[in-house]
Amino acid sequence: MELISLAVKSIFIENMVLAFFLGMCSFLALSKKVETATGLGLAVTFVLTLTVPLNWAIYNYLLKDGALAWTGNPSLAGLDLSFLTFICFIAVIASTVQLVEMTLDKFFPPLYSALGIFLPLITVNCAILGGCLFMVERQYGFAESVVYGFGSGIGWFLAIVGLAAIRKKIRYSHIPDGLKGLGMTFILTGLMAIGFLCFSGISL
Amino acid sequence: MAKNKDILLDPLSDNNPITIQILGICSALAVTVKMETSAVMCIALTVVLVLSNVAISLIRNITPGRIRMIVEMAVVATLVIVTDQFLRAYMFDVSRQLSVFVGLIITNCIVMGRMEAFGMQNPPGLAFLDGLGNGLGYSAVLLTVASLREVLGSGTWFGYHVMPSGYQPNGLALLAPGAFIIIGLLIWAQRTIIKKFEAE
Repeated sequence: MELISLAVKSIFIENMVLAFFLGMCSFLALSKKVETATGLGLAVTFVLTLTVPLNWAIYNYLLKDGALAWTGNPSLAGLDLSFLTFICFIAVIASTVQLVEMTLDKFFPPLYSALGIFLPLITVNCAILGGCLFMVERQYGFAESVVYGFGSGIGWFLAIVGLAAIRKKIRYSHIPDGLKGLGMTFILTGLMAIGFLCFSGISL
Repeated sequence: MAKNKDILLDPLSDNNPITIQILGICSALAVTVKMETSAVMCIALTVVLVLSNVAISLIRNITPGRIRMIVEMAVVATLVIVTDQFLRAYMFDVSRQLSVFVGLIITNCIVMGRMEAFGMQNPPGLAFLDGLGNGLGYSAVLLTVASLREVLGSGTWFGYHVMPSGYQPNGLALLAPGAFIIIGLLIWAQRTIIKKFEAE
């Protein structure tokens, strides 16, 4: 039950883009077409669901204060490597993206060609690193980290597909010159965020 | 000489990293609730940007093209770890408020973007100026947005009351949608003034 409420929370109430501004760059740059937005959204969900639990394991069994106690070696048990968190997480993300790319290419070519160009971009998408860091900050357990990774991915997917659909609709509207493109996209995102605010009243 | 000045001053307005190049927006929105946190974030980002641009520029001739991304990532991540540890040691409260966003400087596209576009091709002196210029351009936008949000949203500036006592704080400016709309309007104003439009 708690896992379901965590999923709802990460999809709607604490939406990655609309509440925490994570992954904005690709959110703004690649939301011109619904098809590209869907591709990128799926790729982000996929990578988030894989990397958050993976980084959970790395943090809890290697980096955390006293995490190396399982080795049974007393000189390692007192070690606190948490200052290496950032560099380990980014390395895990970059290599997961690479692995996912290779696996998809070998076993699921249609999915690979659909996601193809977007996969490498995801390494520098701050939603992924942000998700992993929030997982550490909020001290989630393993099951929670799986649900959180998947839920925030779905939330990101919904937001970018929604924005792409709105941008498609307003393509022929008359907008002041200075507001065209980025300015208008920001204001639309703001309005979407107001919409998502209505979920924040829900207590779970 | 004139070229050096351009490299330093261009990113402040005509080629601003946030409003024109669309780089590094995540952190620009998230930390701007208060002036104090945004000022610290600006300094942190400018320091990381300048140092990483110079570092990459120093090793540009011995870095094989194929692994340059990994090298860039390693340089940035190291600098960010140092910054994060420094903030935790000397400014613990602010570092708690910035939460994950100091760590997210690693994936901040300004840093990667400037290293790819400038540091990799230019000598360290110019890279220093470019890093500093972009850092200041980022800070200019961040501090403007933070001023608007803090004054409108809580009636204070750097924690001091600036609005008349009858002012009713507008809570929307502190929430996420307020940040999006304020930055949207700011981009509109700036593009109208410098007349740089986007063709869609």
